Amino acid sequence: MTTAVAISFVVNGEHIEASVLPRLNLADFLREYLKLTGTHVGCEHGVCGACTVRVNGDIVRSCLLLAVQAHNATVETIEGVSDSGEIADLQSAFRDRNALQCGFCTPGMLMAAQDLLKQSLSPNRQQIREHLSGNYCRCTGYQAIVDAIETTVRTRAGRLP
Amino acid sequence: MTSAQENPETLSALDRPNSYIGKTVPRPNLDRLMQGRGLYVSDIELPRMAHVVFLRSPHAHAKIKGIDASAAKQMQGVIAVVSGEELSKIITPWVGVLSHLKGLKSAPQSALAVDRVCWQGEAVAAVVASSRAQAEDAAELVEVEYEELDAVTDMRTALDSATVVIHPSLCDNLAFERNHDAGAVDQAFAEADEVVEADFVFGRHTGVTLEPRSVVADWNATESRLTIYQGTQAPHMVQNIAALHLGLTESQVRVVCKDVGGSFGIKVHIYADEMATYALSKLLRRPVKFVADRVESFNTDIHARDHRCKGKIGVRRDGTITAFEIDDLTGIGPYSMYPRTSAIEANQVVNLVGGPYLTKNYRARARVVFQNKNVTCQYRAVGHPIACSVTEGLVDLAAMKIGMDPVEIRRRNLIADDAYPCASPSGLRFEQLSHHAALAKLIRMMDYEALRADQAALRAKNIHRGIGIASFIEVTNPSAAFYGVGGAKISSQDGVAVRLDAQGSVICQTSITEQGQGSESLTAQIVGSVLGVSMDRVRVILGDTDNTPYGGGTWASRGAGIGGEAALQAAKALRKNILDVAAAVLQSTPGELDIVNNGIVSAVDGTPRIDLNELARIVYFRPDTLPPGIQPEFMATRHFVPREYPFAFTNGVQASWLEVDTDTGFVKLLKHWVVEDCGTIINPQLVDEQIRGGVVQGLGAALFEKCVYDERGQLTNANLADYLVPMSGEMPDIDVGHVVSPTLESELGAKGAGEAGTAGAAAAVTNAVNDALRPFGTVITEIPLTPQVILAALGRI
Ligand code: FES
Ligand code: FES
Repeated sequence: MTTAVAISFVVNGEHIEASVLPRLNLADFLREYLKLTGTHVGCEHGVCGACTVRVNGDIVRSCLLLAVQAHNATVETIEGVSDSGEIADLQSAFRDRNALQCGFCTPGMLMAAQDLLKQSLSPNRQQIREHLSGNYCRCTGYQAIVDAIETTVRTRAGRLP
Repeated sequence: MTSAQENPETLSALDRPNSYIGKTVPRPNLDRLMQGRGLYVSDIELPRMAHVVFLRSPHAHAKIKGIDASAAKQMQGVIAVVSGEELSKIITPWVGVLSHLKGLKSAPQSALAVDRVCWQGEAVAAVVASSRAQAEDAAELVEVEYEELDAVTDMRTALDSATVVIHPSLCDNLAFERNHDAGAVDQAFAEADEVVEADFVFGRHTGVTLEPRSVVADWNATESRLTIYQGTQAPHMVQNIAALHLGLTESQVRVVCKDVGGSFGIKVHIYADEMATYALSKLLRRPVKFVADRVESFNTDIHARDHRCKGKIGVRRDGTITAFEIDDLTGIGPYSMYPRTSAIEANQVVNLVGGPYLTKNYRARARVVFQNKNVTCQYRAVGHPIACSVTEGLVDLAAMKIGMDPVEIRRRNLIADDAYPCASPSGLRFEQLSHHAALAKLIRMMDYEALRADQAALRAKNIHRGIGIASFIEVTNPSAAFYGVGGAKISSQDGVAVRLDAQGSVICQTSITEQGQGSESLTAQIVGSVLGVSMDRVRVILGDTDNTPYGGGTWASRGAGIGGEAALQAAKALRKNILDVAAAVLQSTPGELDIVNNGIVSAVDGTPRIDLNELARIVYFRPDTLPPGIQPEFMATRHFVPREYPFAFTNGVQASWLEVDTDTGFVKLLKHWVVEDCGTIINPQLVDEQIRGGVVQGLGAALFEKCVYDERGQLTNANLADYLVPMSGEMPDIDVGHVVSPTLESELGAKGAGEAGTAGAAAAVTNAVNDALRPFGTVITEIPLTPQVILAALGRI
């Protein structure tokens, strides 16, 4: 059996030092070591998107990344982007539109949606649908999610100079 | 369109100033879920909690010759490796039958297999360790010696004499058979101008809740109490079953259900591995957690559908449907699921075929057979998609045969909106449905004539688009007729307790549960409306058998209709109590007072008299100042179950507009419409989103989802990469409209809406695909409509 490896990284602005087995994935690390349970595990094979987090600014599936691969990186989870207020408008659009039912997909959806909104100023409905195509939601039928993101696109555009 | 508002009582309770009923109000629990601060069972951790991993059979059918766990037991962190034999000393086996489904049989099933496994994925041993990873490592070292047996995999040959009988004590592989014959079927077919037949095939699919099934069981030996944390739709049912098989009383078992990551009927059952987890906690005297991984979910979450149904319809040239006949065959795996049984779906198919239509001539046979595959059982819209697809497929075939428009044939045969109450050919009683109003509204919403014109124009350019229509009925608000009459301890009533606290806020405890439908919201809306209290002052407690009234939970589209009415009645009772006390304090009469905006006001002119928090202060802290003889009761409890009708039927109609690529076989969904009638709408947005979510599950079944087994009973696509589910990119926008016919069984008038979407979506899509392929003279009656199925039908492969 392999032995534990020391890693250090920043999670939601906090410096974390840990010693982990190389096989431990980042999702399990966040959930089990840091108790950041907002990152959900739906499939553990990279298909559902429930475990989406940001590493060095890019969204990744934390079930497909090993915790040791995040060494020296900056990791942001749903808790981090909620507390910083970064996605407050997106969350409020989700609330108004009931864009979640059980809420299990929601952290991953919000991370993916925010990623799209950072990349593209005015995605249309089809582009929104395509960007979310790696995020599985069994409850909603997706339309409410697309509507909520579209609303956020509009409000953010309104705020731009 | 009808209305229940002739009753002034109804008006007074629901049509209050500041009523939240009928309004879109955000759900109170959303912020928690959106910030990743929910508490799902997979998040729960308890001191000394151990993790269990189940070793599962790789064979569909095999004898267990021996289990060697010696190496595994030496592994670091391992607490125990437990076999079926050992566990059966703690928890007794069960048999999934109900007495009202006459002749239904099944064999005893154990928490862990003893001596023999009957499907690939059945658990044979439990490995408990300090961490999940340690348990998984140790599980790899457990050696099980199997002797493979012949497996029953094809339901069409399951009853042949040459086929092995899975449970020899049952004599054959027939679990259940129901025959129904109403009207004069042979004569009706003889009098028809055309008789059309088709074989319908439905893939086996499954619920795929995004959060897999998870349980934490915590046996406290010092209290002799078991606490079960489980994402379940029916906490009191879990309490009852766990107690029964562990030899405990119900009061020794508490079931706590926090946030649930999807349910859809998957989490309304009790699975063998969950029973094993309860028992392991008792055996090991510590909390034990089980979280299924995705492969386990595919192999052990109940599957559903898997029907082959021969259908026949008779029609006259004027469009009159003369008769329906079906012969349905379904495979349910090796056991009938406990406690709801696996025969309900086939029974439902017999009940529902032909349901929206006038003809009284209907013959049906349904046979339910055992197989060595995962167990099937109730999943969202039980039996409805099968019945709807067969009925609506046949109606379209009949229309095509006589050259009539699919909308026209429905107009001529749907039960008239003023014909109620009446009964279906299978004897179901309908209180009030609105097929014609719904169809008319749908046609307007979709602009049917314009779409037909588009279709014709595009067809000339070799672009093949289709329109599919599907009318349906849906069973909601079940009474005890579903399970209670068959002896299952599954409550059909629900209860709500409402109290006014010392600061004038309201706390409701309800026995319905929340899995994202909005149970908390609708309860708060109803209670807030009746009590004149704002939503932010209402807190709802649910999902805890220690802290809620006894009741059924949330399944079979019953939360709003049954739990909602209980909430309404409890709130009315509390309102009366509050007004009585207020009248005494204000030296007035209850009739002269009202509660509005968190305060008592004068009923005539709305003048504020006393704030609720002031009234509560007096009642709780200065009762000595109340007039003599007043004993304030600021808590009231009411229960409700429908009594007159066994079910509240709802109805609706869906339409699909899609394009088939005849070169690749791909179907592109362009638009979907639904009109449905769920009676009183408490929160329009929540209802619409239930419908959309349901439609998308039906679209999954129509186009993608299928559990693929090979001939040895191996599930070959048990992961989310190979088992396709609808993703946002392929899904169309879905327009939802309503007709409102409240049920008079309750003051609230609400019927269920959770399954309507799933009930009709696949039928609409299949009819649309066949409509698109009309120029090719081919008809497909199989789902999922994969490119392979379509290209094969077109003779291209
Ligand atoms: S859990 Fe990582 S993608 Fe599904
Ligand atoms: S809200 Fe349940 S999976 Fe998306």
